[in-house]
Amino acid sequence: MATTSLVTGRVVPEKPKSTFFEKVKKQKELVLITIPFIVYFFIFNYLPLWGLTMAFQNYKPYKTFWEQEWVGFKHFQKLFTDPAFYRVLRNTLAMSLINLAFSFITAIIFALLLNEIPKKLYGFKRVVQTISYMPHFLSWIIVCGLVSTILSMDDGIVNNLLVALGLVKEKIHFLGKPEYFWWIVGFTNVWKSMGWNSIIYLAAITSIDPCLYEAAAIDGYGRFGRMWHITLPGIKSTIIVLLIMNAGWILNAGFEIQYILGSNGLVLDVSETIDIYVLKKGFAGTAGSGFAFGTAAGMFKTVCSAAILIICNKVSGWLGEERLV
Amino acid sequence: MKRSVGDKIIDAIIVFFMVLVIIAMLYPMWNTLAVSFNDARDSIKGGIYLWPRKWSLYNYQSVFKTDKVFNAFLISVARTIITTILNVFFSGLLAYVLSHKDFVLKRFTTVFMLMTMYINAGLIPQYFLYRNLGLINSFWVYILPAMVGAFNVIVIRTYINSLPASLSESAKIDGASEMKIYFFVIMPMCLPVLATVALWVAVGAWNDWFTSYIFAPKQSLSTLQYEMMKIISSSMQQGAAQTPDYLQQSQAKSSMVTPNSLRAAMTIVATVPILVVYPFLQKYFVTVNIGSVKE
Repeated sequence: MATTSLVTGRVVPEKPKSTFFEKVKKQKELVLITIPFIVYFFIFNYLPLWGLTMAFQNYKPYKTFWEQEWVGFKHFQKLFTDPAFYRVLRNTLAMSLINLAFSFITAIIFALLLNEIPKKLYGFKRVVQTISYMPHFLSWIIVCGLVSTILSMDDGIVNNLLVALGLVKEKIHFLGKPEYFWWIVGFTNVWKSMGWNSIIYLAAITSIDPCLYEAAAIDGYGRFGRMWHITLPGIKSTIIVLLIMNAGWILNAGFEIQYILGSNGLVLDVSETIDIYVLKKGFAGTAGSGFAFGTAAGMFKTVCSAAILIICNKVSGWLGEERLV
Repeated sequence: MKRSVGDKIIDAIIVFFMVLVIIAMLYPMWNTLAVSFNDARDSIKGGIYLWPRKWSLYNYQSVFKTDKVFNAFLISVARTIITTILNVFFSGLLAYVLSHKDFVLKRFTTVFMLMTMYINAGLIPQYFLYRNLGLINSFWVYILPAMVGAFNVIVIRTYINSLPASLSESAKIDGASEMKIYFFVIMPMCLPVLATVALWVAVGAWNDWFTSYIFAPKQSLSTLQYEMMKIISSSMQQGAAQTPDYLQQSQAKSSMVTPNSLRAAMTIVATVPILVVYPFLQKYFVTVNIGSVKE
């Protein structure tokens, strides 16, 4: 019930607003459902953050937390003076940039060309799309197996073709040569993700007004002119958002493909990424002697990644695109 | 628009290019399929590209006859099914709760959950947590950490918000509890988005080998992908210590099967379950995928 105030003549609600506890009581059931989820997220995602204290300790697994020796930034100093660390940082950035450039350009071109398939070949377009999404669903293990089969020295199709066409005299040991490794990873990424990544561009293309194409055709633009002046500007904002979003993940060059394809030990100098470094250092040595150093290296990566993500999100906001986070 | 001769030539070039793409995408799997159905001793001679020369099912028989591989297959199936059901159910439940616009804990829970997508304590603290929870070398390490996904919750919530609210409201007036509304009203209406999320979760669970490698290296808990990982990395190292013993045995016991042929058959076994379901779910996931990115 509302009453009219005598002083101001405005309608004043009798009960101002239900308090927090009243609301909780009213929504008891929803609150009861939510609490286990909050506990779940706390245990699996927030509790491990406590373990980051290890990065500042001379961690010994047999001691309790209170007995650990605190060493400040010793592990980080060791990290920044380790030449291997700069090597894995270089590998990570190089492979990230190659992957970013390759997968962007190929996915956009693929979407543009799919869009240009004549309407009467609609069935053919569906088949191409379905097949091109397929590799996305294969695990990296399977993909690495396929790559090593195709590039194999004995009876791999790439070497067989190169020899048959007379392009090379001797078969090439692709996976054993450091100079090829980054490019193999890049091409494999394209193979695995080109079709899947093109979905979003295709969706953006379908939202372009068809009148624009007709107008451009009347103005005398050809096929490529329309692609360049209508389609590409039409999907520009999608491209920018995705570019910034992916740039945020630049320290995640991948783990599995480098770990498996690099496991022949011949190309470790160029194949190891930060993630592999963390894994190897962390579980190195006996009785957990590497735990503290591995945690420090992992923490460095997480902090840098978070900073880059925040910056990318800000940049995206300045450009007037939708915020991503 | 009229199509000129020039247009037709461009069309032809595009179609030709697309055919090349199809070949590049399909050939590696097709070739593996051919090798897996070819007699192993015959495959050594090489030259198997698109079709088996000497048909044989022996490779597949030896895959399933090897106890360890068969056990790994069962573990993979079990973890994929359990994880998918639980993750879809719980992600959907939380999504439904958060779709209540006036819910008191809505903002807090959303932020608390979204943060989990960006904070990451790293591998070693995670290992410690699992050890303290007794998850190391336990089947539960496949299930418990993957019961809800923040991203899945957001995608499902977006979908629920786009539904008309009248149905769940009328159910509420009839006195149905929230759990009942979720189960009998919301879930049936959300089938497209739930199917999509189920596919994501299932593919992730089926394809994962890292969990086994770090947290459950025990042979009895090995998954198909982890066995594949052992085989492929050992074939890359050629004769390293990691070679699973059943491969060495099979090499020693008979020349009926070779590592390469066995690997081809295992690749097919590890891939087919996903490739069979995915075309059926495709019509759902394309739309949901785009909706979620636009959101």
